[in-house]
Amino acid sequence: MPESIRPPYDSRETLAFYLTAALFLVVLPLLNVLPSEDSWLHLSDFRLNQFGKFLCFAILALGLDLTWGYCGVLSLGQGVFFGFGAYCMGMYLTMQIGSESVYGSDLPDFMVWTQVKELPWFWVPFKNFGAGLVGALVVPMVFATIFGFLAFRSRIKGVYFAILTQALAFAAWLVFNRNETRLGGTNGLTDFKQILGFRLTDVSTQRALYILTVVALIGAFLLCRWIVASRAGKVLIAIRDSESRVTFSGYTPWVFKLFVFVVAAGLAGLSGLLYVPQVGIITPAQIGVLPSLEVVIWVAVGGRGTLIGAVLGAVVVNYGRSVLTNYFPEAWPFILGGLFVVVVTMFPDGLVGLIRRFFSGKSPARGLAVQKAQGGS
Amino acid sequence: MTKDDRILDCENIIVDYDGFKALNNCNFHVKYNELRVVIGPNGAGKTTLLDVICGKTKASSGTVRFGNNIDLTTKNAETITKLGVGRKFQAPSVYGNLSVWQNLDLSLKRASKGVFPTLMGKSTPAERARIDEVLETIGLIAFAYDRAGALSHGQKQWLEIGMVILQEPSLLLVDEPVAGMSDKETEQTGHLLQALSEKQAIVVIEHDMDFVRQIARIVTVLAEGTVICEGTVEQVQANDHVREIYLGRAKVAH
Repeated sequence: MPESIRPPYDSRETLAFYLTAALFLVVLPLLNVLPSEDSWLHLSDFRLNQFGKFLCFAILALGLDLTWGYCGVLSLGQGVFFGFGAYCMGMYLTMQIGSESVYGSDLPDFMVWTQVKELPWFWVPFKNFGAGLVGALVVPMVFATIFGFLAFRSRIKGVYFAILTQALAFAAWLVFNRNETRLGGTNGLTDFKQILGFRLTDVSTQRALYILTVVALIGAFLLCRWIVASRAGKVLIAIRDSESRVTFSGYTPWVFKLFVFVVAAGLAGLSGLLYVPQVGIITPAQIGVLPSLEVVIWVAVGGRGTLIGAVLGAVVVNYGRSVLTNYFPEAWPFILGGLFVVVVTMFPDGLVGLIRRFFSGKSPARGLAVQKAQGGS
Repeated sequence: MTKDDRILDCENIIVDYDGFKALNNCNFHVKYNELRVVIGPNGAGKTTLLDVICGKTKASSGTVRFGNNIDLTTKNAETITKLGVGRKFQAPSVYGNLSVWQNLDLSLKRASKGVFPTLMGKSTPAERARIDEVLETIGLIAFAYDRAGALSHGQKQWLEIGMVILQEPSLLLVDEPVAGMSDKETEQTGHLLQALSEKQAIVVIEHDMDFVRQIARIVTVLAEGTVICEGTVEQVQANDHVREIYLGRAKVAH
């Protein structure tokens, strides 16, 4: 007797999602504000800020889950789109430093020491907050449209596409590292002071940014869920199952791939845009090959093709990193790599798969990854 | 037969794979509302012929005219599908991680299958009724919400036939529909194809001679990339050239 299909989202998981959202949106900030600092309930400013960072990563991971988990398009270059978003917002924040900079010049510090006399043309719009905000979303999406159009149109797929995006990540890393790119070279952009007139060092500013991040994450999640639940979401799964058959059902697969790739790039940009003011620095090291690969690990650990797994994976892996690097700083890359191997070989549905199995208490309605492995067609 | 009553007109098709001619000057014609069976030994080019018609393979030379004088050789597979050519593949090709219902819903003929109409689109009651009707026809109504990947081989074959029916093609290309089916299922498939041929032209590739006898009016025999004989089952079986090809091959094989 065939098992029935898992609905796009079931009521228990929806409830779990709203409860978690309420926890992050309301409870954590309250624990930060209300209890006195020596109370065990108190959540430190540092921890709240750290969660803000993890939730930014969750937005980034959601995008990858859409392309990889649902559509089967593995991108190893999500860090690049994250970087575009982060740098756009970073440029705005840099322009806001103004004469508070070390050299007291109107130009950013790194331009002073690299002998740039005049503000480069592409920096000018970023004196405006709107340009930073819109740029952080539009630049990655436009870039993804061009890159995706060329790649998908030429029917580059599977591992070839993955390699291409990895090359993109490496190329972006090289370009952003150059001083001649006028984006701060290896040191990136940092030493930000204020956003829209609010001091970034203020606890209240950071708390507001944290809340904005949670709201953005909820919005991103609902957007992805809407896409996945629509008929187009079924086309994405169909493309992963049997791309050639999709053509003979009258759809054009590359257009759908391009669509999710661009949505994922937009989410990556949103993630970068929220990341920069909370973390206070963006450098090429945060956007290259390795950070892009880490996103894949988050999604795999959480459980791909589930959306909620992407969020869970991003938060759990990064929280694990923050704890474990305190004790075994050198061992982290091995732990991360080991985790990936264990998940891929033993728990192809990731944490979400384990949780579903635990709650259903029997042989689970298997997730997408396992079904794929057992021959979807 | 005049050219006007033909839905499909393949002239001098050559498909050349680095010197191996999978189709060699193949001429093949199908009339409206005809149920045509194509037989032939392995490697005769049967599947390649369907591939060329539906745009999966490009012909090296030759023309494929469809319906009202549309040249298919210049069109890609999506366009050919939209023009009204449906294809059922040899190995059942369904979307394993979608439910049976979703498989059919995706295949249903719709005005636009672009990203945004697909994103916004909701199935209308008429469309749902149509899907239910096809579910009934292909006998999968009890499995509507089951994962298609978990169906039996025969059920997948039926599902794929259902998917193609919902595309409402005017020409249906069916590659070995009864492979892996029980005798009863085979017979039912035959009835289904015969019923469908009242509304559309169908080309069926098949090896199972009992099945061919059940459904065929006219049989085309293909060998080494070219049509060698066309006629009723009896005529074809009596043809010396056909016997030679099948028996000759059998001798080599034993």
